[in-house]
Amino acid sequence: MNSTLKKTLFAATSALAAITLTTGAVAFCGFYVAKADTKLFNKASKVAIMRDGDKTVLTMANDYQGDLQDFAMVIPVPVVLEEEQIHVTDNAILDHLDAYTAPRLVEYFDEDPCQVVYRKDFSQPMEMAAGANDSEIRERDGFGVTVEAEYTVGEYDIQILSAEQSDGLSGWLVQNGYNLPDGAESTLESYIKQGTKFFVAKVNLEEQAETGLKYLRPLQVAFESPKFMLPIRLGTVNADGKQELFVFTLSREGRVETTNYRTVKLPTGMNIPTYVKEDFGPFYKAMFETQVQKENERAVFLEYAWDINWCDPCAADPLSQDELRELGVYWVGSDTSELQPRRPAPQIGQNVFVTRLHVSYDADHFPEDLMFKQTGDRSNFQGRYVLRHPYRGDATCEAAEQYHASLPKRFEQEAQSLANLTGWNIDTIRDTMNEKGQDFEKPVDDSWWKRIWDNDPKDG
Amino acid sequence: MNRGFLRDPRIYQILMLSGLLVLGWLARAFEISPSHAIAILVTACAMQWLGSVMIATRPDFKSATITALSLTLLLRADTVWPLIAAAAIAIGSKFTLRLGGKHIFNPANFAIVTMVLMSNAAWTTPGQWGTAIWLAALLAGIGFFITYRAARLDVPIIFMGTYAALLFGRAIWLGDPLAIPLLRLENGALILFAFFMISDPKTTPDGFIARCIFTSGAALLAYILTFHFYLTDGLFFSLAIMTVIRPVLEWLDPAPKYQWGDQIDIQNFIKRRFSKKLAVHQLPAE
Repeated sequence: MNSTLKKTLFAATSALAAITLTTGAVAFCGFYVAKADTKLFNKASKVAIMRDGDKTVLTMANDYQGDLQDFAMVIPVPVVLEEEQIHVTDNAILDHLDAYTAPRLVEYFDEDPCQVVYRKDFSQPMEMAAGANDSEIRERDGFGVTVEAEYTVGEYDIQILSAEQSDGLSGWLVQNGYNLPDGAESTLESYIKQGTKFFVAKVNLEEQAETGLKYLRPLQVAFESPKFMLPIRLGTVNADGKQELFVFTLSREGRVETTNYRTVKLPTGMNIPTYVKEDFGPFYKAMFETQVQKENERAVFLEYAWDINWCDPCAADPLSQDELRELGVYWVGSDTSELQPRRPAPQIGQNVFVTRLHVSYDADHFPEDLMFKQTGDRSNFQGRYVLRHPYRGDATCEAAEQYHASLPKRFEQEAQSLANLTGWNIDTIRDTMNEKGQDFEKPVDDSWWKRIWDNDPKDG
Repeated sequence: MNRGFLRDPRIYQILMLSGLLVLGWLARAFEISPSHAIAILVTACAMQWLGSVMIATRPDFKSATITALSLTLLLRADTVWPLIAAAAIAIGSKFTLRLGGKHIFNPANFAIVTMVLMSNAAWTTPGQWGTAIWLAALLAGIGFFITYRAARLDVPIIFMGTYAALLFGRAIWLGDPLAIPLLRLENGALILFAFFMISDPKTTPDGFIARCIFTSGAALLAYILTFHFYLTDGLFFSLAIMTVIRPVLEWLDPAPKYQWGDQIDIQNFIKRRFSKKLAVHQLPAE
């Protein structure tokens, strides 16, 4: 190792996403039009966790943007890993999982009011019980640091470390050319006292060149441990500002939640103005930020919880058995047919339940690592936002008059929903709606204080 | 309403737990449907009635209501059946698992442990309460003890004290920020457990020393199960284990049995306890 080389230490993993995702697809009760995937966020990490009993497979994607030779990542793991327990996979699989679980925008078109007798209330959140078919789903140096093993896996050089003293570990890291952020030592000490092992991954430039890729592929580790958690503390040490983390869990039993932080469902199912179709990304980001503030920046958000065999509406097709196996779901057989499971009907089968959690974290609000628990909850949840296009054709019956008369009220409700969800200015929303074809009169502001001072000449 | 009715601390406890449930509903902290809550209550009361008929006593639904409320606050399930089963197990255990004229387990605790161990159809949700509800639970718990159960205030104090000391000790030993133990203490299930479950006078030893050992033992066990065995339901397991050991503790430190409505006056209690020792010390001086 070139000890003069100063590598920057990353403890959190992040997403480097660059793949075209599926386009809109027809679902049985609406048109899926857009999704908000993790690419909206800078400094976003994606981690997939397969968990079954004590068996765990972590898949960590990083969005490292700097010089590859400066890249190094220190990852705490509960056990010493053998070479076979470390693996490198394709970005595409995590991107697919991201797309499949992303919050989504759907749109409906009102029908001719003169012909429609029954209109379903589409604003209900799509929470349904899961299908009934779910069957049950060496060498020691002066620092007291032992390099238990060294492997090259894919484009990564891996060193498995076991240390007894944090100052030993930090000294070893510094001597071996790593930049250790201030404050990392006490966190390392805490991990060491809890019996945690570490591994360091850095890029093997020759192997990396052979992959022909411009980015680093996700690193995977498989181990057994009763601890169901994700270490985030090292990542908060040198972070400037908050980091976005997306955790995708794959389990047999059901939804996963955090035990030491509140897991809150993202608001879902609201009707919002149709112009959001063009701005779904900004809408989703603003809404997420508003919800984070509402929960005093201390909550983990549930964005998706679903049986992986199906979806409705689908933001992307469900994952194939091969993809699931690659992510560590060892109990599904390998694909025997080219056909992937299709929406919308629940299918018998793979018995994998996916949970997507989204957390925006820093050391102040998330001092402890994320501790998880699996619940038996198999009810479906998705972040889903609804656009309802009004009927624009000619309609001259009595029902049409009522329908047209009802529109301004509906538009106003959509404006209010959008303002509540995102914290955007309600007047700007109403103006934009008017510009973009949802024209309606602004409701008169009849606040009592307006009525007292409205015509006061002193106000100019 | 007669005075005896109001003196029964269970009335206050029912009001407090119902209040917490409503508050949790309003704040959307608890994801439990009213129909599930009613199913739990009806099952618990039906089991209480059945049990009372079988042992030929007049049914008293207050304890069953408290058990039902505790289960409603702590246990979750996708369908109603695991919750009905839990309510039936809870009250059933009161009539069947008995020793020395007392039921062995805290009914709600026994049901939670049984359900969690036996299936994944029901689960607890630690950490889902949020600060506001947590604070409300804490105030309700403290209010309850100051008003009605001053003599048993030792139970939540010793439990929370021991547990907090262990958490802070761990953080100091690990060199962790103290925000971590504080985060762990801000847990609604923990407060409910300390003030309304482990402190149930029917399943805690009546003798003061036995009670201290019982309570601090439960705290130590909860800590070990949570932080060394990584059991998210370690809290509930700890009480179930301690209630099994309880008869031994009671044998070592015998005391008169608690009856509902007993106002154990702390001054009398202390007098009674220390007067013996005083007498012993004063004897030679006579």
